[in-house]
Amino acid sequence: MNTPDTTSKEQTDMSTAEGPPPERPQAAPEAPKAGAVPGKAGHAVKLDNLNAYYGSEHAIKDVTIDFPANEVTALIGPSGSGKSTVVRCINRMHEEIPGARATGSVRLDELDVYAPDVDVTAVRRLIGMVFQKPNPFPTMSIFDNVAAGLRLTGTKSKDLKDLVHRSLQAVGLWDEVKDRLNSPGIGLSGGQQQRLCIARTVAIEPEVILMDEPASALDPISTLKIEELIDELKEAYTIVIVTHNMQQAARVANSTVFMLEGEVIEHDETNKIFTNPSDERTERYVTGKFG
Amino acid sequence: MEASATTVTGGRSALERSPASRLPDRALKWGLSALAAAILILIVYFFIRLIGESHSVFSQYGLSFVFGNDWDVNRNIYHGAAMLVGTLVTSTIALIIGVPVAVASALFINELCPRRLRQPLSILVDLLAAVPSVVYGLWGVFVLAPKLLGGEKWFASTFSFIPWIGGGTPTLYNYFIAGLILAIMILPIVSAISREVIATVPLENKEAALALGATRWEMIRMAVIPYSRPGITGGAMLGLGRALGETIAVVLVIGAAPQIGNHLFAQGNTFAAVIANEFGEAQGIHVSALFAAGLVLFILTLIVNIIARWFVSRGSHGARGTGATGMTIASTDLSEA
Amino acid sequence: MSTISASTLPQVSSRRRVTDKVMRGSLGAATVLALIPLILILFYLLKRGLNGWSQSGFFTTDPTGSFFGNPGGIRSAIWGSIEMVLLASLIAIPVGIGVALYLTEYGKQSWFANTVRYFVDVMTGVPSIMFGLFIYIVLVTGHVGGGFTAWKGSIALSLLMIPIVVRSAEVVLLLVPSSLREAALALGAPRWRVIGKVVLPTAATGLVTGSLLAVARGMGETAPLLFTVTAAFGLTFNLGTLMNSLPVQIYTDIQSPRAEIVNRAWGAGLTLVLIVLLLNIIARFIASRSRRA
Repeated sequence: MNTPDTTSKEQTDMSTAEGPPPERPQAAPEAPKAGAVPGKAGHAVKLDNLNAYYGSEHAIKDVTIDFPANEVTALIGPSGSGKSTVVRCINRMHEEIPGARATGSVRLDELDVYAPDVDVTAVRRLIGMVFQKPNPFPTMSIFDNVAAGLRLTGTKSKDLKDLVHRSLQAVGLWDEVKDRLNSPGIGLSGGQQQRLCIARTVAIEPEVILMDEPASALDPISTLKIEELIDELKEAYTIVIVTHNMQQAARVANSTVFMLEGEVIEHDETNKIFTNPSDERTERYVTGKFG
Repeated sequence: MEASATTVTGGRSALERSPASRLPDRALKWGLSALAAAILILIVYFFIRLIGESHSVFSQYGLSFVFGNDWDVNRNIYHGAAMLVGTLVTSTIALIIGVPVAVASALFINELCPRRLRQPLSILVDLLAAVPSVVYGLWGVFVLAPKLLGGEKWFASTFSFIPWIGGGTPTLYNYFIAGLILAIMILPIVSAISREVIATVPLENKEAALALGATRWEMIRMAVIPYSRPGITGGAMLGLGRALGETIAVVLVIGAAPQIGNHLFAQGNTFAAVIANEFGEAQGIHVSALFAAGLVLFILTLIVNIIARWFVSRGSHGARGTGATGMTIASTDLSEA
Repeated sequence: MSTISASTLPQVSSRRRVTDKVMRGSLGAATVLALIPLILILFYLLKRGLNGWSQSGFFTTDPTGSFFGNPGGIRSAIWGSIEMVLLASLIAIPVGIGVALYLTEYGKQSWFANTVRYFVDVMTGVPSIMFGLFIYIVLVTGHVGGGFTAWKGSIALSLLMIPIVVRSAEVVLLLVPSSLREAALALGAPRWRVIGKVVLPTAATGLVTGSLLAVARGMGETAPLLFTVTAAFGLTFNLGTLMNSLPVQIYTDIQSPRAEIVNRAWGAGLTLVLIVLLLNIIARFIASRSRRA
């Protein structure tokens, strides 16, 4: 269920720089998710009373959110509201910061990600992350970048080519780079780099994809391409996206969470948040009165 | 810079400074420039004099001074292959042992150890650079060499099937001990530069690796090491330059034999060591030969240093240019020869 | 995949987990390995050095002792080192800071300044024996003012120290905010005044730190002295003659067959290391004090 603004999707089609693509990247049958069938139950993420701290600073307060399977949920709010922290708690990247810790529970289906005997590395395999600033590995080629995660789990070289091909196709990058797979990843434009990073994430076939302001460093055309991509990806993944850009949330997300100063203020269908929010603070934010 | 205007009445305007008051500035500027130029002139002058002093030897022997093998003071014959081999062998041993330990410690200190241990550990490793080389020699002669002799003998006999490394009879002072001491002496500088370079790895690359489900070591392997490679190479080469020129510690523990030792634990010599050793009593063409050795050494270390600094500048993309690494190099270069 | 739970979570292969543990352990072990020599050196220095100190007259006599009895102490060596390094510092520190000032205030990024900078950099990698050889060639063989003399040793040391001073001074001078300089210049102060009253005082702490480190380096060097001052034994304050020094004294003593003299070498080594460490500690202390201020 996408935004009411379907015309933006048509505009995206027309503004794609490549012209009519011979192979329209589809998220369904050719998606890297072998066997994913639209409609089949994906995996939901539930946050329950999540609290996060940077040293003594209490950044996230009693956050409880349900992220439904195979849907895109957006987190919006002013700077410092804790949106990025929430997302980084989901794949336990938050604790990589010295002095940072989190309490509460984060469940992926029935798995409590913070359970003491759970291997963080295994969890991160299932919950992928795309960062704000595109960060392809600077010393690796395009191919090696996409294959990076696959190589970790010992994927055989003969399978790598296919998997890299599928991932690049899934993000709509294949045609642009198929002739220069061995050139450095950082030689691509910003928008392409970000799609490369998404391909890298998608290649290891996670169940959930976290996106921390994935398009905020990109130009408008690349941004729209990314949003289009997100729309396709949700068929196979559960997506959580942090964004500063309310129009983006409106275009892309099934439901939206509004956060303020580390707390969840409102969580509802995107439509409702933007046209008829229940909380007055939400209304002030989405109408641009602050933040 | 100073406006020079005369007022309508012909006097000097307030803006103009008298020529006399500009003098200190001029003097200072030219004085300091002369100082700076003097440094360059010094280096060139040294080269010229060194070439002059060693001229007689090179005109007599040509390149066989470096590559011929026969250094006999009694017969006044000076072919320095033994020194060349010794210099290269000990430096190679120093690199093989010293660089991995230095880089590993740098990775540990920067990426793995608890934050509060970082500074103390760094200071401790850097402290190795404060030990004067004559003290390294003292310790090497009376502690390291005797204590390792038993182990060396065992090693040589156990691995006697490996050519050159095993099979010989270890002497108290030999290539290996010299190389080992050199490894310890280059540790601080290689570690310091490696630490600096490793610190410039962008956090976002490390996070990308972790977010893909990499273990800590895999993250280091994927994001840290490839990025740091040029800078670390530069650091290793600076260590090499150091090892090549080290005199005092080496001359005390290498046995100073004027021939090529035929196994790892045999005595040998290096260019630097032979100069220190034989200079006192040298006369005539012997002196010239020692100067020639100095010239070879000088050129060798110059080349290695120039290449090294090129690598380091390539490697510290994020660091504050030569400022950061410069201070490090200046402060860890605390003992030499 | 089916519902995710703790039991269905795909595990990280044991190979990867083992590799991770082994590699992390190795890196830690390597760090310990790197520290072992330091500990051993300090240990033996203390153990045998204190033994050397206990010899009667260690600090109060010169190494001119008799052939069979007490070989004497290291008094002349300590004084000689202090004198020669003092003279070397009096040359190296002003010259080094002067060149650094040129680089930061006048030359900046001109090709000349960059060339100077580059070669100063390269000079820090020159083996110290070279400086000894240089002064030998230039001053000793020419018998400029005598043969082997202490002041020539000082010059050799100063050549070694200058690049260190220049490099650290330049770093520190560059840290002085250009806004400070510009403000002073805008007030009409001539450049030399700006340098003297604004730049140097602001950078003073860092300059002192860098200089102390250079002095520490100078104290420990042997090779430059071997070719310019050689060895001496008696106490003298005349820089125009031969003079003893700690490093050369140690170097000579190491090669002696007499146990008491080797003992003395350990004592002298401990003394030298303590002096160098002290200079280092003072330098770091000053640096950290200024950072906190």
